[in-house]
Amino acid sequence: MTHSLDRLKESPSQTAGPYVHIGLTPNFAGIGGVYENDLGADLVSDKTRGERIDIKLRVIDGGGTPLKDALIEIWQADAAGLYNSPFEMRGAADPNFTGWGRRAVDAESGECVFGTIKPGRVPFNDGRLMAPHITLWIVARGINIGLHTRLYFGDEQSANAEDPVLACIEHRHRVATLIAPRNGNTYTLDIRLQGERETVFFDI
Amino acid sequence: MKTVASGLSNRELEVGTFFQRDRSWHPPALTPAYKTSVLRSPQKALLSLDNTLSEITGPVFGHNILGELDDDLIHNFAKPGKSAIGQRIIVYGRLLDERGKGVAGALLEVWQANAGGRYRHKRESYIAALDPNFGGCGRTITGEDGSYAFRTIKPGPYPWPNGPNDWRPAHIHFSVFGHGFAQRLITQMYFEGDPLIWKCPIVRGIPDRAAVERLIAVLDMQATIPMDASAYRFDIVLRGRRSSLFENRLEGN
Ligand SMILES: [Fe+3]
Repeated sequence: MTHSLDRLKESPSQTAGPYVHIGLTPNFAGIGGVYENDLGADLVSDKTRGERIDIKLRVIDGGGTPLKDALIEIWQADAAGLYNSPFEMRGAADPNFTGWGRRAVDAESGECVFGTIKPGRVPFNDGRLMAPHITLWIVARGINIGLHTRLYFGDEQSANAEDPVLACIEHRHRVATLIAPRNGNTYTLDIRLQGERETVFFDI
Repeated sequence: MKTVASGLSNRELEVGTFFQRDRSWHPPALTPAYKTSVLRSPQKALLSLDNTLSEITGPVFGHNILGELDDDLIHNFAKPGKSAIGQRIIVYGRLLDERGKGVAGALLEVWQANAGGRYRHKRESYIAALDPNFGGCGRTITGEDGSYAFRTIKPGPYPWPNGPNDWRPAHIHFSVFGHGFAQRLITQMYFEGDPLIWKCPIVRGIPDRAAVERLIAVLDMQATIPMDASAYRFDIVLRGRRSSLFENRLEGN
């Protein structure tokens, strides 16, 4: 008999379903009095270092309709490019910035807005700098396993052009699906689940 | 906004990349019998690359976010002196990684229907009654060895609009954080012996029967509280890390 590797298998994913808000944003769902605040509601305080920006997102299905029941989480570095994580070995991140946010999209418009700061650049595994980016994770009814993707910034053309992750995208016209144009202090990105302009999702 | 869990301080941290996800073990994006997946499943190939710092790191939550009743769904929404209606249960287990190591200091969030199968949600249309003393959400943080427990009532099965007569087996939704954003997972816990499990189009999206069985909690008579609550054991496994050890900074987060 061959050796066994004795590894466990990851628990299989199941959809978040239509009632994900009860568990993850109960105050948004009208269930008050259990948790003081919905986790991830506020990313910045007046002490947070960095340029204030808004990130406006929608998730669009294969029929062109914005999802009304999606939930999005973001994870990003601070203004200096450091993550507020015990696994960040390069230095201490801004103590006034968790880097993590969570929103249910609006039940009418399908939109959600994260008030945050522009992240600094983080090195890729070989030391080259990645362009500033925000990691996105999307769950909803009908999504069997959470979708990972990234938001890059439309006004960072030169950094984007040398980003080692964007460079891995074989079909170059699809790079644009990850880049949010800037208008004032707001960056807007539609995440498309299917179709011609389907967002690049990551198996990461 | 201090976010370091006490369970993670002063220990050696493994900061390697995560094992690749075995996507043939998970339900594929498109499972046509679960109709909503048809328009919500990406169709193009995913972009595969090794984890970067953006995925190796992730938010970690301290016990300071938890309220006293967060892990007690029987009481956390109930009026003073009242409790939720239903079969009282303890759900407990361990959060492990693929190498079998306990995942400490990880946030688990749960949500579920009440004993009649009804959710407290504005989009919910099932005729079963709301329980005025049941909200349906709870959360806890795993201990040093990855163990967790919470108290709730057993949720009821419920019909849902998909096929003409589809019923969800009784289940509790779990949202799980590990230590890195690449480990982020949402899943559902089912109950041993429920015949609806094998008829459910959402469950049946999982290709492998052995994988489904991993989501079925087992009745544990040794963990019951006599004359109070029965107990179900449910272990959860997150992606493991490749080994690469660093000394944790003592302070600074
Ligand atoms: Fe459910």
